[in-house]
Amino acid sequence: MSCCGTSPDFPELDEVSRLVSKKLAAFLRTLRDNGFAVGPAEGQDAASLMASGYAARPGLLRSALKHLFSARKSDWEKFDGLFDAFWLGKRVRSRSPTMGAAKAANSPSMKSLQEGSTERGASQSATDQIPSADNAPEGRGGEGRMEGASRADNFAEVDFRKLADPEQVAQAHAAAARLAKAMRTRLTRRDLARRRGYRLDLRRTIHRNISHGGVPIALVKRQRKDKPLRLVVLLDASGSMSMYTSVFLRFIHGVLDEFREAEAFLFHTRLAYVSAAMKEKDAGRALDRLSLLAQGAGGGTRIGESLKTFNRWHAARVIHSRTCVMIVSDGYETGDAALLGREMAALAKRCRRIVWLNPMMAWEGYAPVAAGIKAALPHVDLYAPANTLKSLTALEPYLAKL
Amino acid sequence: MKDREEIAQALATAGYIADSELATAVSLMQRLRRPLLLEGEAGVGKTEVAKALASVHTTELIRLQCYEGLDQSSALYEWNYQRQLLAIQAHHGADAETIEDQIFSEKYLLERPLLAAIRRAKSPVLLIDEIDRADDEFEAFLLELLSDFQVSIPELGTIAATAIPHVVLTSNGTRELSDALRRRCLYHYVDYPDVDREARIIMARIDGAGASLSLQIARMVESIRKEELRKVPGVAETLDWAAALVGLDVRDLHDEPETVHETLMCLLKTQEDKARVTREVTERLLGKVA
Repeated sequence: MSCCGTSPDFPELDEVSRLVSKKLAAFLRTLRDNGFAVGPAEGQDAASLMASGYAARPGLLRSALKHLFSARKSDWEKFDGLFDAFWLGKRVRSRSPTMGAAKAANSPSMKSLQEGSTERGASQSATDQIPSADNAPEGRGGEGRMEGASRADNFAEVDFRKLADPEQVAQAHAAAARLAKAMRTRLTRRDLARRRGYRLDLRRTIHRNISHGGVPIALVKRQRKDKPLRLVVLLDASGSMSMYTSVFLRFIHGVLDEFREAEAFLFHTRLAYVSAAMKEKDAGRALDRLSLLAQGAGGGTRIGESLKTFNRWHAARVIHSRTCVMIVSDGYETGDAALLGREMAALAKRCRRIVWLNPMMAWEGYAPVAAGIKAALPHVDLYAPANTLKSLTALEPYLAKL
Repeated sequence: MKDREEIAQALATAGYIADSELATAVSLMQRLRRPLLLEGEAGVGKTEVAKALASVHTTELIRLQCYEGLDQSSALYEWNYQRQLLAIQAHHGADAETIEDQIFSEKYLLERPLLAAIRRAKSPVLLIDEIDRADDEFEAFLLELLSDFQVSIPELGTIAATAIPHVVLTSNGTRELSDALRRRCLYHYVDYPDVDREARIIMARIDGAGASLSLQIARMVESIRKEELRKVPGVAETLDWAAALVGLDVRDLHDEPETVHETLMCLLKTQEDKARVTREVTERLLGKVA
């Protein structure tokens, strides 16, 4: 398979290759818009592949580029649809409508698809409960800033529900993010202090002491590497929790940003993996992206179903032996409470600790009588209120002990 | 290595029944000299790809099994300290430089898989198995090796690859791999084979498995995979089960439902799954197998 096989006249080749590379560049852009991590190196490889006979049949080219451009299973699955839409145009619709994403079939041009989805996103975010951080300071900025830091302390004990003022909400958000950061730093320091070997490393000791003629003067010790604590947060984004979701989203954003290992999921009637969206450094933009994922918020809560999805598809990847699963929910299950109990039992077997944070717990006269929470409680290691910043802070010593 | 069909053919003679996608991946691997990253459920035959590849190229398979805490000294190279010490003692009195030259020569170097892979005269197949089990640090180090194919040993200098190895990485997805590593590699997702391919795999691997029995087994396994199981059986389990059935002289699954049910332990690896697939379930599934 040498590149010299196809060699028409020089100018002609030039023309063709110019066209092809232009189209290829556009395809790369499309892929990038769709979340593929492709760089110039991949583009070059693709060009060399096309020059050497892989472009002879669409099927072959698709398969080749699929291997080259995909980097993970999700890429792998959506590639065929993107390829067909881009290179084969409308033909894809009549031939195999099931292939790839449904949205790819609707519009032949990926560019317009991209715009369409963002438009849709914008209109949906209007229905969402998450107050956008961008709107918050509007009009109030000057007034709020005057009040300074002293007010922040008061917030610590105010129920999130009662934060009405957007400025207050913004400050509570910032405090939640700071708190997440503080937790991380303290947990890490604890890790460092423990670093002392408990066992001799004979090979390295001999190596180190070659200069002493083999007399073991300097000892090398060995220690087991500590796994950092991994925090997996499952946040209930259903209607009954709507007062609290935004603050917790902010908290999760801080956690993901600061913890070395953390994953986050949202659930209402179904489960959504949100770590990727939350990795966005800018909190405002991260929340915007999330508002897309939180669609359906306001409906019922199927905690059991969501946990089942989690156990089936995500648990093996995100849970290891030093994982703490944090469920933030009021426990109002609209689905099958027995299923919730079963899935909680399965989850408890996998992870180190389950912490259930219930914002309603601190309400006067609240008792865990809902069927859902009753079924779940036997498997929960720590059941704590989480309606104020102070109650979140109270968690830190517990997490540090794990 | 010209064509997909040829590659698939070659892999088949090596005992691996590949689909056309995988054949493309292998041809690209050779053309672009990029490593191939295989992901998929446990037991779908990721490791087998590397073995078959080595046999296709009639070359050596060098395997690096990753685990937590794997470090450079067990993956790349290490000095043979004991021998170095002995040499120092033996040459007592010789001048320092001579001794140094001697003990830091290749004779005293212990080759570990990664170094071995770049020092072979003929390109070997380097299988880096379960890369997701190794730590992040090791992944970063590996990235460096995979881009330059050279290793620098402070005492000895830089060793460049004599022949670029064919690199296959496998991952079970217990940890998210870094984007940098993913980008460096070609990606292939290994799925459970369809009935037809699984039947061909059984026939290729198990002596004495006839066409009709293999097809029955493949159909049965496919319907078992659709049951809600905690641990879905992979190809390796299918082969175990096929071997068991052939060993027990079963010619047709319908003749001996009892044996079929009892040997299902080859496929079902947890107590819960075992309890779920009762005798009735087995019979129902058998009914669906033509």
